[in-house]
Amino acid sequence: MKVHVTDLEGKTKEIEGTIGWTLMEVIRDGGVAIKAECGGACACATCHVYVSDEWMEQTGERTEEEEDMIDLALDVQDGSRLACQIELTEALDGLKVSLARDAVL
Amino acid sequence: MTTETHETDAIIIGAGPCGLFAVFELGLLGLKTHLVDILDRSGGQCAELYPEKPIYDIPAIPMCTGQELTDRLMEQIKAFDPVFHFQEMAEGLTKLDDGRWELTTDQDTKIVAHVIVIAAGGGSFVPKKPHLDGLADYEDTSVFYAVRKIDAFAGKRIVIAGGGDSALDWALNLQPVAAKVTLVHHRDGFRAAPASVDAMHALVDAGKMDFKIAQLGGVIGDGTKMKSVHIKSKTDGKSEIPADALLPFFGLTMKLGPIANFGLNLNENLIPVDTEKFETSIPSIFAIGDINTYPGKLKLILSGFHEAALMSQAAFLVCRPGERLRFQYTTSSSDLQKKLGVR
Repeated sequence: MKVHVTDLEGKTKEIEGTIGWTLMEVIRDGGVAIKAECGGACACATCHVYVSDEWMEQTGERTEEEEDMIDLALDVQDGSRLACQIELTEALDGLKVSLARDAVL
Repeated sequence: MTTETHETDAIIIGAGPCGLFAVFELGLLGLKTHLVDILDRSGGQCAELYPEKPIYDIPAIPMCTGQELTDRLMEQIKAFDPVFHFQEMAEGLTKLDDGRWELTTDQDTKIVAHVIVIAAGGGSFVPKKPHLDGLADYEDTSVFYAVRKIDAFAGKRIVIAGGGDSALDWALNLQPVAAKVTLVHHRDGFRAAPASVDAMHALVDAGKMDFKIAQLGGVIGDGTKMKSVHIKSKTDGKSEIPADALLPFFGLTMKLGPIANFGLNLNENLIPVDTEKFETSIPSIFAIGDINTYPGKLKLILSGFHEAALMSQAAFLVCRPGERLRFQYTTSSSDLQKKLGVR
């Protein structure tokens, strides 16, 4: 499966995903800089990504814990998610996300 | 501010779990330590990011929280009497003529030591800043990421942005003295304590505070003094709030900070070390824990503990040249047990 990650400069990279891994893990291992400071514990908001409109239904709702952490994110949009809280499934093959500034800077 | 110069054997930059355990390992070898940390308490990420979250991979501790791990480490190192310099950032490092290092903090504290141990994790925790054009022009005059004196905000029109405890607490604490407080948050839901949220809503209902479901859009001013804050709302579009002060509270993020200027070789904000001494490219400056890198590095607390033990052996030889390094076990050594205060 593949995921497409767009960085702050607008460059999109296709990354090989692994089902069962989190989106944050495949971005990190895929060579795209993402802060993910807490390491995937849903304890910061530095893996903040925007899920593209057409993928929002498949990625589902934010969890309550995630919603709380997103209170610390900047420039929150409808598609705002924490990449550590999206577990990759077959249905997410082709997923498109872009990194939020606070996931990088 | 009076400048006092402290002297010690080792300065540890960062009071997270690895820095704390370094106190222990250095202490067993009879070395004294001072720690410098930007936070107001020990624990580093364990205290700041996940004090309540469980950790399952500390050897022999099936489960403890980030805060419990910190508390246990503090208890473990108590006998070594480390000196903590909290809410200070290690800023400058100078080599003295006698071969020792002098570290200066942003609070002008000076500490002289034989060795420097960088245990700074992901770097210094610093406030997250909204991405708004011109924001930097008003920092420290109209834009603040912390409140040092409530009085400084008396009679001011204040915009507070965020939905965590800091945002709510300061909205509540500043409301009695401010001319007006407007809380701006992207949703009508908060991660802050429910009691604070209730108190905020009560003030809003009574007309004593404004609450806008919106996000920050910009700051307007003449370049030295901020005049208003722009906000953008999904339902109401853009609007302008006349304001004297903006307080964004979006938590903390980690930045390497002044360590980057110490002259060390760096590899993408990590400090390369050898795996015998965990020494950096500069002799007698060591780096342990998440901030270092070497082939096979795993960012685990237990790796940092191991690194602290090996680093301490090397640090001893720098601090006590000519002395023999005696390898002993805490189980059997009366000398170590005396140092630990258990004998």
